[in-house]
Amino acid sequence: MSTDSRTLARANSARQQGSWWTPRRVVSHVLLVLVTFLFLTPVLYALATALKPAGETFASPPSLVGSSVRWQNFADVFDYLPFQRFVVNGLLVAVVGTLVVLAASSLGAYAFARLRWRGRESLFLLFLGTLMVPQEVLVVPMFILMQEFGWVNSYQALVFPWAFTAFGTFLLRQFFRQIPYELQEAATLDGCSPLRTFRSVMLPIAKPALGVVAVFTFISYWNSFLWPLIIVNDVHDLGTVPLGLSLFFGQNSNQWHLVMAASVISLVPTLLLLIALQKHLVKGIAATGLAGR
Amino acid sequence: MAVSELTEPNRTAKSAPPVKQRTGGRGPRGRERWYAYGFLSPGLIGLTVFTLFPVGMAVVMSLHEWPIFGERSFLGIDNFRHLLAEDPTFLVSVRNTFVFTALFLPLNVVLSLALAFWIANCRARQVFRVLFFIPTITPMVVSAVIWKLLYQPDGVFDHYLGSWFGVDAPNFLADPDTAMFAVVAMSVWQGIGYNLIVFSAAIDALPTSVLEAAEIDGARGLVKFLRVQLPLMSPAVFFVTTMTMITSMQVFTQTYILTKGGPGDSTVTMVQNVYENGFISRDLGVAAAGAWLLFAVILLITAVQFVGQKRWVHYEH
Repeated sequence: MSTDSRTLARANSARQQGSWWTPRRVVSHVLLVLVTFLFLTPVLYALATALKPAGETFASPPSLVGSSVRWQNFADVFDYLPFQRFVVNGLLVAVVGTLVVLAASSLGAYAFARLRWRGRESLFLLFLGTLMVPQEVLVVPMFILMQEFGWVNSYQALVFPWAFTAFGTFLLRQFFRQIPYELQEAATLDGCSPLRTFRSVMLPIAKPALGVVAVFTFISYWNSFLWPLIIVNDVHDLGTVPLGLSLFFGQNSNQWHLVMAASVISLVPTLLLLIALQKHLVKGIAATGLAGR
Repeated sequence: MAVSELTEPNRTAKSAPPVKQRTGGRGPRGRERWYAYGFLSPGLIGLTVFTLFPVGMAVVMSLHEWPIFGERSFLGIDNFRHLLAEDPTFLVSVRNTFVFTALFLPLNVVLSLALAFWIANCRARQVFRVLFFIPTITPMVVSAVIWKLLYQPDGVFDHYLGSWFGVDAPNFLADPDTAMFAVVAMSVWQGIGYNLIVFSAAIDALPTSVLEAAEIDGARGLVKFLRVQLPLMSPAVFFVTTMTMITSMQVFTQTYILTKGGPGDSTVTMVQNVYENGFISRDLGVAAAGAWLLFAVILLITAVQFVGQKRWVHYEH
């Protein structure tokens, strides 16, 4: 259903009833902008605090700008703690995890959507069923599993345990099913093996869906807290951003300007992804209902 | 979404001509089967090792005394009995989790629905969707740390409550009477963007013809909202309440950062109880039992919601 035509229809009906910019509408818009601004105040205030000199956080009355604007705070964060390390760790874990998820889930999704084999539907139900199991049930035995693998306090433990959830497989299967069969048959008639068809025909078409899966997967790795808290013993070495930030915060909770500088740095990657994703945000969430939580 | 809808091959799949006849294990169709197993194997092996096997393990562990280091022994249902009858924080954590959900769920749903209708008239609503989504996409630890600053004595809330309303604000996070409300407020701020997008998409998908017919019949304002729009959106409302309930029962990170469960145990949640039993007290059997109890509660509420939906959710337009 096209949103544009709907908007147009609404605009037309509004025009019939009078002008678009009725006083009531203007007030509503102004109020909405005001509410949005208030809503975002915590983030803006974090940025403001990150730029204030030490000791001015609780100045009365609260101000947005301190006695000077200290960009230096952002550099100081990296001196105070191995914050650089946390960022690199977080990026590494999120990128590798996302690649594993994309590979495993696109292959599986293709088998579920487009190849014919016995037991397909019942196995898919099993995949779906695992989506119901909450992470809390899994973390306890997962810890034992990591002990058995000798993976406690390792990068592997941060990446692999959560790289095989059925979410990506489910989303991509729904997408593959919408691709016309004719394309696949043409490729087969041209002598493409299923692998070749998958790589050269299906994957290129599926780029938008792969993008949605990639972004949501990256974000869930980047933001994850409970599992790193459990499996990482040496935070200075293997800490990701949320874990490192919570440690930093625990040790320097009076250094609010530095804590806020670290917080602002931590939300930059997700903010950039949000901007990149914004066109697909609605579709991505509507299609899955599972992403990004 | 109904399960049959998910598993039933779609129309194109059905109408696809069978290119080759069945030839058992050989020929193109047989090859296709082996390809399928090949394609599936990474995901299936991963899911078996990292989900199916741990689920089975979790059952076994919940029935054992299972310290991180040292001897394991079979207990039967003693871990569950211990949690329900002896562990003083477990029942408190159940109560806190329910209180959190009972506050968070309606606030989140009502506010995001109201906001979705508010922005629906804007041509720039995509901008608002993205702006309200910023907290949702921000790491929970970061959001919680930022709000902790706002909640400090002499912080922003304290100051403006005093100077604008003359209210002597409590120390929000250190006062057992206010700590849970402070956690809920922060969580609503964090979570509202997600549901806003679901509702906003549902509003965009409302059939214009029905809305116009209702308007011609004289439905306006609240009547139109309650009698026409809301029933049409009931699948989205059902989806949002179910998903939000599930995630809010799993609340952990924000309470852990904001209050560590305190003051006292006034904000300890079920997940924190699992975490502390398993990885602070190092009693994995009790932790596994607690996790199963949490899962059972979630399943029970979800089942009630699914049974109840028949009375208020309309799927046909």
